[in-house]
Amino acid sequence: MKFNRILGAGLFATATALPMLAQAAEDTIKVGVLHSLSGTMAISETTLKDTVLMMVDDINKKGGLLGKKVEAVVVDPASNWPLFAEKAQELLEKEKVAAVFGCWTSVSRKSVLPVFEKMNGLLFYPVQYEGEESSRNVFYTGAAPNQQAIPAVDYLMSKDGGEVKRWVLAGTDYVYPRTTNKILEAYLKSKGVAPADIMINYTPFGHSDWQTIVADIKKFGTAGKKTAVVSTINGDANVPFYKELANLGVKADQIPVVAFSVGEEELAGIDTKNLVGHLAAWNYFQSVKSPENDAFIKQWQTFIKSPKRVTNDPMEATYIGFKMWTQAVQQAGSTNVDAVRQAMYGQQVKNLTGGTAVMNTNHHLSKPVFIGEIQANGQLQTVWKTKDVIKADAWSPYIPESAKLTANWTYPWVCGNCTEPKFK
Amino acid sequence: MRAFHLILALAALLLAAPAARADDAFAQALGALNAESYADKINAAEALAALGDGRAAQVLDALADGRLMVAAGGAILIDRGGSYADPISGQIVTAQADAITVNNRLRSVARAAAGRLALFSPDAAARKSAVEAIMNSPGPEAADMVRAALAKEFDDSVKAAMITALASLDLTSADPARRLDAVRQLADSSDPSVRSQIETLLQTETDASVRQVAEKSLASIQFRVTLMGFVANLFQGLSLGSVLLLAAIGLAVTFGVMGVINMAHGEMIMLGAYTTFAVQQLFRALLPPDLVDLYLVAAIPAAFVVTALVGMGLERGIIRFLYGRPLETMLATWGISLVLQQVVRQIFGATNMEVANPAWMTGGWELAGGFTLTYNRVIIIFFCLAVLGGLAALLRWSSFGLHMRAVTQNRPMAAAMGIPTGRVDALTFGLGSGIAGIAGVALSQIGNVSPNLGQAYIVDSFMVVVFGGVGSLWGTLVGAVSLGVVNKFLEPYAGAMLGKILVLVFIILFIQKRPRGLFALKGRSVES
Repeated sequence: MKFNRILGAGLFATATALPMLAQAAEDTIKVGVLHSLSGTMAISETTLKDTVLMMVDDINKKGGLLGKKVEAVVVDPASNWPLFAEKAQELLEKEKVAAVFGCWTSVSRKSVLPVFEKMNGLLFYPVQYEGEESSRNVFYTGAAPNQQAIPAVDYLMSKDGGEVKRWVLAGTDYVYPRTTNKILEAYLKSKGVAPADIMINYTPFGHSDWQTIVADIKKFGTAGKKTAVVSTINGDANVPFYKELANLGVKADQIPVVAFSVGEEELAGIDTKNLVGHLAAWNYFQSVKSPENDAFIKQWQTFIKSPKRVTNDPMEATYIGFKMWTQAVQQAGSTNVDAVRQAMYGQQVKNLTGGTAVMNTNHHLSKPVFIGEIQANGQLQTVWKTKDVIKADAWSPYIPESAKLTANWTYPWVCGNCTEPKFK
Repeated sequence: MRAFHLILALAALLLAAPAARADDAFAQALGALNAESYADKINAAEALAALGDGRAAQVLDALADGRLMVAAGGAILIDRGGSYADPISGQIVTAQADAITVNNRLRSVARAAAGRLALFSPDAAARKSAVEAIMNSPGPEAADMVRAALAKEFDDSVKAAMITALASLDLTSADPARRLDAVRQLADSSDPSVRSQIETLLQTETDASVRQVAEKSLASIQFRVTLMGFVANLFQGLSLGSVLLLAAIGLAVTFGVMGVINMAHGEMIMLGAYTTFAVQQLFRALLPPDLVDLYLVAAIPAAFVVTALVGMGLERGIIRFLYGRPLETMLATWGISLVLQQVVRQIFGATNMEVANPAWMTGGWELAGGFTLTYNRVIIIFFCLAVLGGLAALLRWSSFGLHMRAVTQNRPMAAAMGIPTGRVDALTFGLGSGIAGIAGVALSQIGNVSPNLGQAYIVDSFMVVVFGGVGSLWGTLVGAVSLGVVNKFLEPYAGAMLGKILVLVFIILFIQKRPRGLFALKGRSVES
């Protein structure tokens, strides 16, 4: 009896709610946010979720998109790679989102890739990564290796960078560091660096005892040639690594460490007084002065209600991706994935650091590159930057089997990894 | 009278003129430091050093430390931690100023230049670090400079540093006699960088007598470097062992003594680390800067109390209903661990919290052979032994310890003797959790403080307790230290990844052979 009543009430509620939902679906555009809010990656990804929410808030204040309100659907894949695929399916199938902003680690991206390709969804991926990929359904707004790793190594080989002759490539043991180091190793060898002058070291995720490795790096640096460390160490392992560097007295003017995964947000969790001069390479620094950046920082700190919160590179990539998507939707006059995709090519958004980011037909951006030194206040101070924007290579020219491949999603190529155009 | 004044003024002017000229040159060189490009700044720094003006040393030091500022009007000032000093007059001025940007190359040029100036400083420590700075980027005239300084040196330790520095500079001298002297001098060194210098020398050396001595020196250096490498491995192993031990002691109480499989143990460590962070923020907000470093001492009791209370709450609220049901306990405590992580994430945010090392825990003693004994690790080794000793004493000599042991060994009999077993359970769990909290204080000094902190240590903690023998503190100590040392001796050969795997494989095999661990507890436990 009681059961029946509950069932009845439930049915009634559903019946009345359904038309409301249908109506709601008509005057809102849904976007999915697929970032881990719990588990190991929450540390980095939560910020990006908030960035998307801020952008959605902003566009709604300005009257929405195509006259409709934008609604963010936030899901938590909990740093669990298979769950990423499930949640992506949920967003596309059940929520019918127009686009998804999400993923941080390459393994999570690889896990959702088949879902987006099968269901023809649209993913905006905002993190610097190892390249060697171009999917029809993904727009990559972070840096490819030629927009981060290669310029960083070039800088260290230059006079200003200290004319480094001996290299330690240290990374966490997964796909991004391994691929990046493969590209770097090939690149260094093409520049005439002897194999004996390259030391490669991998550590597990969350590695906490760095004594042996830092001591080894120090020893490797005593060979009388200028030595530098290229770090693709990711996530939580960075804090104990930098603490050990500071305690063992590895000074930036003797053995500089250049990192590709350490930005303002990570430095906020480290006491940087003893790390001044170590480097990071990104496409954005909070410290770069420009009217756009000042406005962005102010908007962020107001939105998050804390004047202490910092901004970082993946946030800018999220910002550029979101802006480009809204521009493409406006240009296409629809949120239809195929129409938006066509409108994305050549789309331009002003970088927060000056200049203009352009979306290329290989689904990657043209962006400027900055090398910065860590300061005592946890900020990065630009010591070198590219004169112009650099176009991302989806496939590295330094890996022989990749050098042959082209990514171009416009006629006549229409392909992410081809040796010749699909249509001749 | 007036004429006399005039003459006096003229004389003063004449006397002041050379000083004013020096001021002018100094000011000009100083102004050039505020150049656009780093190359110009480097030229300016070298020009400033070449003036030979005594005031240049502190300017170059400030430049290297990022303390050299440029005021709105273009005046160059030195930041003295809150106040600005004018390097020309030495007076304190108030101004709005931005730091002159420096890169690593400029920094090392400035350090070396400051080093050359400080080589004749009256302060012995300054002279010693000057020698180091010069050795970092030795110019062509470095050898002559150090030789000149050595001739005037009277402090023994500075003298030794200079002799070594000179010897390694002389290795590339054109004069074979100098090279021979240098190679002889360096035979006592145990520095790996000296080893590679001699190796480089041997590749090109043509003088037979130099070669012979160099080879002999190389062999003896090689021996000492290997020996120091062994000592370094041992220290690193001990240090890793002490970290494992700290993480595991609390578990040795809750799991070892009470038999509760507490998956939330790692989160107790995490709560301890967050308490440390909170205490640090409190100290920073309320106390003058020179007392802030004491936060760590205050954090120890604070973390103990906070985590002990949380632990007792858990025991009374959840775990006591699950005694004797290990599977349910495990699932329930695992759930608690997720809840605690998310609660912390909601309160403090998902990002890492910055816990600074106090000054007395930063850096280390640089020993021979490039081996550094870092302060924080040495302190943690002693701290961990103190915690273990304190716990052992508590269990052995206090009446609470007696009750605890009685309850563990035979609960019904202990209850029959009038021991309030429920209260003992709660206090024991609180003690184990409190010790985990103290471990969190120590671990915040070497690792990161994030909601995931506990996850990194839970597996290692169980590994140590099971390996050492459940219920035996002594076993936990031996287990932790031996695992740490084995891990560190494997790491140089097998790498961090494989090293860890090998240790796990070893433990699996060991547990097959001795299921009760290294030190099996013999007693009349109710279960056995």
